[in-house]
Amino acid sequence: MTISEIEAEIVSEFSLFEDWMDKYNYLIELGKSLPVIDPKYKTEQYIISGCQSQVWLHAEYREGKVVYTADSDAIITKGIVSLLIRVLANQSPKDIVEANLDFIDTIGLREHLSPTRSNGLNSMIKQMKLYAVVFQQKYGERS
Amino acid sequence: MFPIEKIRADFPILQTKVYNKPLVYFDNAATTQKPKQVIQAISTYYEKENCNIHRGVHFLSVKATEAYEEARCAIRDFIGAKHAHEIIFTRGTTEAINLVAYSFGKKYISAGDEVITSVMEHHSNFVPWQQMCLEQKATLKFIPLLEDGSLDIPAFRNLISEKTRLVAITHISNVLGTINPIEKIIAIAHEKDIPVLVDGAQSVAHTTVDVQSLDADFYCFSGHKMYAPMGIGVLYGKEHWLEEMPPYQMGGEMIKEVFFTHTTFNELPFKFEAGTPNVEGVLGLHTAIRYMLDTGMDRIEGYEQELLDYATQRLLGIEGLKIYGTAKHKASLISFLMHGIHPYDAGMIIDKLGVAVRTGHHCAMPLMEYLHIPGTIRASFAFYNTKEEIDRLVEAVVTAKEMLL
Ligand SMILES: Cc1ncc(COP(=O)(O)O)c(C=O)c1O
Repeated sequence: MTISEIEAEIVSEFSLFEDWMDKYNYLIELGKSLPVIDPKYKTEQYIISGCQSQVWLHAEYREGKVVYTADSDAIITKGIVSLLIRVLANQSPKDIVEANLDFIDTIGLREHLSPTRSNGLNSMIKQMKLYAVVFQQKYGERS
Repeated sequence: MFPIEKIRADFPILQTKVYNKPLVYFDNAATTQKPKQVIQAISTYYEKENCNIHRGVHFLSVKATEAYEEARCAIRDFIGAKHAHEIIFTRGTTEAINLVAYSFGKKYISAGDEVITSVMEHHSNFVPWQQMCLEQKATLKFIPLLEDGSLDIPAFRNLISEKTRLVAITHISNVLGTINPIEKIIAIAHEKDIPVLVDGAQSVAHTTVDVQSLDADFYCFSGHKMYAPMGIGVLYGKEHWLEEMPPYQMGGEMIKEVFFTHTTFNELPFKFEAGTPNVEGVLGLHTAIRYMLDTGMDRIEGYEQELLDYATQRLLGIEGLKIYGTAKHKASLISFLMHGIHPYDAGMIIDKLGVAVRTGHHCAMPLMEYLHIPGTIRASFAFYNTKEEIDRLVEAVVTAKEMLL
């Protein structure tokens, strides 16, 4: 699926929820089911700064696609990271760099985050894209 | 009977709804709400009295100057200072502490000297000393805590040496709620003639402070944490220290005479009040103090302790909840964590239920490091809060726990 197809899928899932409670419960579930990151990446080097809770993000390049793993000590944050990973993982660096991720505003994620958390969200996206930029430069335009 | 209904009616913001629920405001340690009397004082000032002070001879200027200086006298009385000129208006606690760190540091602290603070300080009473010590090549030492979150006084005695030049300590911890035995700390320091600065940001709104009976050398606080506007605060300093210390900022008001080659400085308190001051803030602060005195400091303290006891007992009824800060003498705030739950997760859900609490490190990162925790959830109470609101907090905490575990 393309990034925008996955975004559309998430938007339709969230449209089923009546109120923020349901949304949070869903994020909590997602957080709990996020695949674990290799403990060797849970170090200072992989921490995303700008988040109030700790978030570790790792990415690698496999056959033209970017594979992300992440973790956080806060479960709702983990749920949010897991949504981002669902959208961006296994896509090409070029598509990741160009993604505008409208779904975040459409599902009302930002309005439910305090500004500091919203900054954290921006930092996460920035970091994920940064990895893609690096891979793009390293492996050339064909990616 | 505490006139809670009447008091609540004085604070317009308490009628606000958030997420369609009546607001429960438990972030009073961050800033308190303002009674309509204070709000009114500010608009009256701009509607009828606005004028720059200490400069003109015209009617409004004289009137505004009088009101400003009356406020200074009211604050002198409120904290039991000896002279009105020992009251310096600042932007808040932070600026008051920075002023002393700069001016006192410049004059009295040099390489090899030592300053003592504690591990429970707000960054405002920590970073200025740390940076000043780095600059002057002095050493900053930290009083450790006991298990219950109170200061280890014997350890404090051991930290004092021939080289100690100053002790800077908070009166009440904004994280743990501990009321420190300031009088005792000052007495111990004074045995060796070491001056003491007290960070009173969390105390003046909740308990009677008398700087002369405490014998504090410096005492700092912020208006916005005591029902007054933001951007106004106070540095109290004993006359002889303020006389001896060099000015902090240069400009208008703080001068006596300016020549092309040099300047002579104004007398106290103006020497430390460069530039046009925050007149509306000062008048608002005066009104807030009147409001508190009319309500009665003892009654405020008694009522808030009742809230504290009730909240402590109710929160401890939640399994897996741990309170950080269990000292015998505590102000009306509670920091807690729930086992296995990150404070941000809980804070987000509690907020959605209409209860404003604070989560995070509360500007005390060294304390978090010391306690090995990422942060806490903090509920801090003011005299307009009620037990029913505490019930709402408890409900919200239970909901958060159920969702997150
Ligand atoms: C203990 C303590 N000290 C200092 C401050 C700083 O006060 P202000 O930001 O008003 O300067 C605070 C405010 O949170 C505090 O709680």
